[in-house]
Amino acid sequence: MFAYYLELALRSLKRSPGLTVLMVLAIGFGVAASMTTYSVFRAVSGDPIPWKSSKLFVPQIDMWGPTGRGPDGEPPDALDYADAMTMMRDHRAKLQSAIYAVAPSVIPAIKGGSPVNVSGYGVYSEFFPLVDAPFLYGSSWSVDADTRRAAVVVINSGLNEQLFGGRNSVGKIIDIEGKDYRVVGVLNHWNPQPIFFDVHDSGGFGGDGPDLFLPFETGIAVGMPNAGSQNCDAMPTSSGFTGLQQSSCTWISYLAELDDAAAVSRYRSYLDGYTDAQQAAGRFTWPKNNRLRDVPAFMDFEQVVPDDTRVSLLVALGLLVVCLVNTVGLLLAKFLRRSGEIGVRRALGAPRRAIYAQFLIEAGMVGAAGGVLGLGLTGIGVASVGLVLPPYLAALAKVDLPLLALTLVLAIVATLLAGLYPTFRASRVQPAWQLKSN
Amino acid sequence: MRVHPIIAALKLHKAGVVLIVLQIALTLAIISNAVFIVAQRIDRVNRVTGVDEADLFRLSTLFVGAPLGDDKASLDKLDALQLSDVNTLRHVPDVALVSASNAMPLQGGLWVGGVGIKPNQKTPTSTFTYYYGDEQMLPTLGVHLIAGRNFNAGEVIHHTINDTTMAPVSIVSKHLADKLYPKGDALGKTAFIDNKPSTIIGIVETLETSNSGHMTWAYDTVMQPVRLSGAMANYAVRAKPGRLSDAMRAARAALFAANPMRVMASTWGVLSMSDLRDKAYRGDRGMAILMITVCVILLGVTAAGIVGLTSFWVGQRRRQIGVRRALGARRVDILRYFQIENLFIASAGVVLGVLLALGLSLWLMSHYEMPRLPTLYLLVGVAMLLLIGQLAVFVPARRASLVPPVEATRAA
Repeated sequence: MFAYYLELALRSLKRSPGLTVLMVLAIGFGVAASMTTYSVFRAVSGDPIPWKSSKLFVPQIDMWGPTGRGPDGEPPDALDYADAMTMMRDHRAKLQSAIYAVAPSVIPAIKGGSPVNVSGYGVYSEFFPLVDAPFLYGSSWSVDADTRRAAVVVINSGLNEQLFGGRNSVGKIIDIEGKDYRVVGVLNHWNPQPIFFDVHDSGGFGGDGPDLFLPFETGIAVGMPNAGSQNCDAMPTSSGFTGLQQSSCTWISYLAELDDAAAVSRYRSYLDGYTDAQQAAGRFTWPKNNRLRDVPAFMDFEQVVPDDTRVSLLVALGLLVVCLVNTVGLLLAKFLRRSGEIGVRRALGAPRRAIYAQFLIEAGMVGAAGGVLGLGLTGIGVASVGLVLPPYLAALAKVDLPLLALTLVLAIVATLLAGLYPTFRASRVQPAWQLKSN
Repeated sequence: MRVHPIIAALKLHKAGVVLIVLQIALTLAIISNAVFIVAQRIDRVNRVTGVDEADLFRLSTLFVGAPLGDDKASLDKLDALQLSDVNTLRHVPDVALVSASNAMPLQGGLWVGGVGIKPNQKTPTSTFTYYYGDEQMLPTLGVHLIAGRNFNAGEVIHHTINDTTMAPVSIVSKHLADKLYPKGDALGKTAFIDNKPSTIIGIVETLETSNSGHMTWAYDTVMQPVRLSGAMANYAVRAKPGRLSDAMRAARAALFAANPMRVMASTWGVLSMSDLRDKAYRGDRGMAILMITVCVILLGVTAAGIVGLTSFWVGQRRRQIGVRRALGARRVDILRYFQIENLFIASAGVVLGVLLALGLSLWLMSHYEMPRLPTLYLLVGVAMLLLIGQLAVFVPARRASLVPPVEATRAA
């Protein structure tokens, strides 16, 4: 019967090509607009580390007090040097790392090679297991290297390609700002987006991934300045990078891994205890106002997903709804036009079920055709988001198998839903009345 | 024409009518808000920067192995690097003016402070953006000085961005001057910039912050005679009229020839004002294009829906139309019948649509910092949908009017 209904549907669709084309176009455009905006939304709202994001926490401390808070009463989204260092020393989480952005120049060993500007971070050795950074060669540096302020570096595969032609470079020396560093590890194309470990600088997106990582305290010791943003409630009292370290300006990101609820609550009380102690010492003169958000909550707080992306998705879904309402109307017209035919089938003994099957298959065919058109239009749409979005966002939107499958499924399911009411009406056609009036 | 029969007839195909009403309502709700978003973006893109944008470009370079700038010797060394660059650029044939300056409108990234009129003022009168640069900054940017004077070379100092030294003289934008001294007598007065005094020696007409936005302090800027020392140096350069692209190419080459120990990538090293403009507003432009695309598709789909359903109704009622024609109705009466019918349906649609549009606007306001939807956009949307309805109904209505009276005698 299925094949027979398919044939009937095909005949019926051919009989009124104009109406059919209208429906297919509406579904195609509606689905393509939704899927194109969804592809962007999916890219920016994704969880970059889904298997452990709920165990990674970002502590926030209100070191500026009421005058430095935003209108929402939230404490700053990064830490100052003194607090970050105390928290590192206290070492209360399973794994933790203070993080700051650097942008040094690397001088290639090749003669006459011009220096390259790279981006990276000063981190602690625990950073790599904390974020599950994938190593291609070598590994993280030792805890000992953190304290010794060793001249070691972990580079990403991009820089490894550039400097060493992609070979295992562990043990090789690179020149960063005129100082020799020994490569201890090479990461395997590590570029999580959103950049969850440094949201306050990046806003969430951008770049081809960090080029290198060096020990936090090595960066401080050699005076490799902060390349990320810094926010100050009061101007530093002395100048330069040292002045920044002595100030209450915030410029350090911090991540802590807390594996269960008990660990979270212990860390929370540790933070409270720390700010209470600061209050007792007279540094903070205001009630404590700490936050401990996990990574998804922190990205939400930082509004990593741009408003424009949400509004676009919303508007596109609205368009899809209008297209579906439109399809309901057109299918209704199409089905009821064939009341005579339905009357004959019913009079010859076809049950309502058969009418449902016949017309839902017809609706499904329209949906499938709309879906195929939608696939093409989604492809065009995603390819041209580069024209309308900043490059760093456009680069994230991709056509992949799940997106294509979803496009097709959405088109067919939506059209079937749209076909329900018209089919219901068709099944209610009174055979006797139809036969008489003909 | 009496409306009673039209309404009576509508009751016979409720489902179709409800669907068109719903479609028109949703379309109105979406397009009025979408067009409003487009208008806001256009406003944003058209914001004035206050600088003379033609022939202006920005150079950024990173000195490799630059000293930290924590002591005087290394500070002087950093400044010497910059002065030498400025000197090199000045001798590029297509270059008219050069200034060591950290800020330029639309570049993104900014150094913000608070300014007041009293020492130790608790809450600053306004937030503002610093424009640091030498005495050539004002003419190079082409900012219009409306009172007072420009800096002179002797006033220019140099320090790092984290330095707390305050330049004794400042030039402020008129917008900020009026905020500080509403009587218009800011010139010669003292402003307390990040709680340190500085005398206002000049006022410029307009100068936008270096990161375009809709903050209340978007036009509150303070120019100070400071060459910012650091590993990163920025220059504002004005090319000779019409020589922009040649000047940009030659300037980069000249800098590398004079001192190759630098990084100056093509993506951020050399950018004209129009490059900066394109980068800064790409998101806004994109949002506008997307909204317009959606609106066009929506109107098309809605018009198609009206054509489709009305055609169906015309087909259903051929016999009735024939009867009316046989009883003396003219073609124009039949045409009008369908046009008025559509007007009824569309009116119901826009009434519902206005409510939905306002609801959507309220929701957007509460979630996405959008201003309220102005009535004008609603009215334009209403007019547009009524018009689309009439245009869409014309084709099937005309076909209805061509039904011959003899149709009355045929079986349905």
